[in-house]
Amino acid sequence: MSAAVRCVGLRQAFGATVAVDGLDLEVAEGEVFGLLGPNGAGKTTTIRLITTLLPAPPGAITVLGLDVARRRMAVRRVLGYLPQQLSADATLTGRENVALFARLYDVPRRERAAQVQSVLAAVDLADVADRLAKTYSGGMVRRLELAQALVSAPRVLILDEPTVGLDPVARDGVWDRIHEIRRATGMTMTVLVTTHAMQEADAHCDRIALMHRGRIRALGTPADLKGAIGPDATLDDVFRRHTGDTLAQKGDMRDVRAARRTAGRLG
Amino acid sequence: MSVLPAAPPVASAEPGLLRTAATAVSRIGTMCLVELQKLRHDRTELITRAVQPALWLVVFGNVFTQLHAIPTGDVPYLDFLAPGILAQSALFIAIFYGIQIIWERDAGVLAKLLVTPTPRVALVAAKAFAAGIRAIAQAVIVLLLALLLGVGLSANPLHWLGVVVAMLLGAAFFCCLSIAIAGLVLSRDRLMGIGQAITMPLFFASSALYPVALMPGWLQVINHVNPLSYEVDALRGLLIGTPANLWLDFAVLVGSAALMITGASALLPRLVRG
Repeated sequence: MSAAVRCVGLRQAFGATVAVDGLDLEVAEGEVFGLLGPNGAGKTTTIRLITTLLPAPPGAITVLGLDVARRRMAVRRVLGYLPQQLSADATLTGRENVALFARLYDVPRRERAAQVQSVLAAVDLADVADRLAKTYSGGMVRRLELAQALVSAPRVLILDEPTVGLDPVARDGVWDRIHEIRRATGMTMTVLVTTHAMQEADAHCDRIALMHRGRIRALGTPADLKGAIGPDATLDDVFRRHTGDTLAQKGDMRDVRAARRTAGRLG
Repeated sequence: MSVLPAAPPVASAEPGLLRTAATAVSRIGTMCLVELQKLRHDRTELITRAVQPALWLVVFGNVFTQLHAIPTGDVPYLDFLAPGILAQSALFIAIFYGIQIIWERDAGVLAKLLVTPTPRVALVAAKAFAAGIRAIAQAVIVLLLALLLGVGLSANPLHWLGVVVAMLLGAAFFCCLSIAIAGLVLSRDRLMGIGQAITMPLFFASSALYPVALMPGWLQVINHVNPLSYEVDALRGLLIGTPANLWLDFAVLVGSAALMITGASALLPRLVRG
């Protein structure tokens, strides 16, 4: 079985700043893989490279065996992507939001309405699908965006901080939908998720990679990573062990602005 | 739990030129549809945005018609002005799209769009013609007002078709001009400054308000490289029957829109790279 995502010696610099520094990563098909790390660790840059938003060097990244540098369109067809910010269009209805992405992924016209309805039902929004998205709560908007990312039946779902700014109930609602949808695909859909929330990573990820200063510092199942530190260790302890005291020092204004913007829109 | 559709197979080859063109046509349709859906949900914007062109027509147009300050030959000044105001309202709508694309970048929408299997040029073309759809919706209101004010408009449906095409192309050019500038300056504040700094000069350095012959030499030179002038010339010829060089007008509009769509799509990825 080919890897869902494979990065080999991936490097990305912005001027003198090296964001990703020789990253080696392999995400197996069908697993939920968590990419963890402090702000500025290189997670978002890695996601941007995998999703074709940044040009990747040839041979450095493959998605389902497709070289991201050479097969951009084919890679985009198998990806579903949920950015960190709340990105649904508030001035359209839920159904229109999802139908837009069905069209952008060339879902055939005769299947479109049924497919849109099917994913809206899968994220529990069928009853409110014809309301404007601006009337939705933060958790509903997130589930709507999940429906947008799923309408093309992606084989690899990429979630960038999917629960940032959500209350615990809404957070569980998003994860419950993700797991239900994976079961509906016979556990074949791969999920690559970045998060700061250690408890969520512990509860929902099959494997975790801890990223720091552009490299993977630790990799394994949550149980393995915790077990390596001590009998009562939490993922927070694992995080601290591998990143030191850098939490308060890393990241920049943009990270803060993006998180505040999302939190602001959630109200 | 409903059953989700089966995942698509992995595509065998990257799309060629023909496939990209077909995708572009499909995406243009999609974005125009979204624009119409947005207009349907919020009609107040059409009204509020009609205030400025209405003022130009009702106040400026009427006053200058009374004054006979601007010689327009046998054509009443209000008739001469109406197509100019039509082009101006389309320009103001289209220039806003660069600011919108920066907002979309900040909200993650642009990244989401760029991760869909849509070639950059198709996405930019789709945005460009969506701007055109909004401009045409706006034009309907401006034209109704012009009719109420007694402007004599052509009744030939072919002329109206030409008006629609000219407005779509004009809006596409200015929409992509602002997306291209957005791709260069990358921030909303800078773009708003530049937007204000270029829209009024584009408007005043065109034949929207006064005949070219009245302009000083240097302004005539700018007028000749300003696509807005060709749009105004075409609209004036089609709507009120003044002599117009329609072939040249449409050639310039098609060429400048194509050039700017290409330029904007080359600059667009800069917005999500930072």
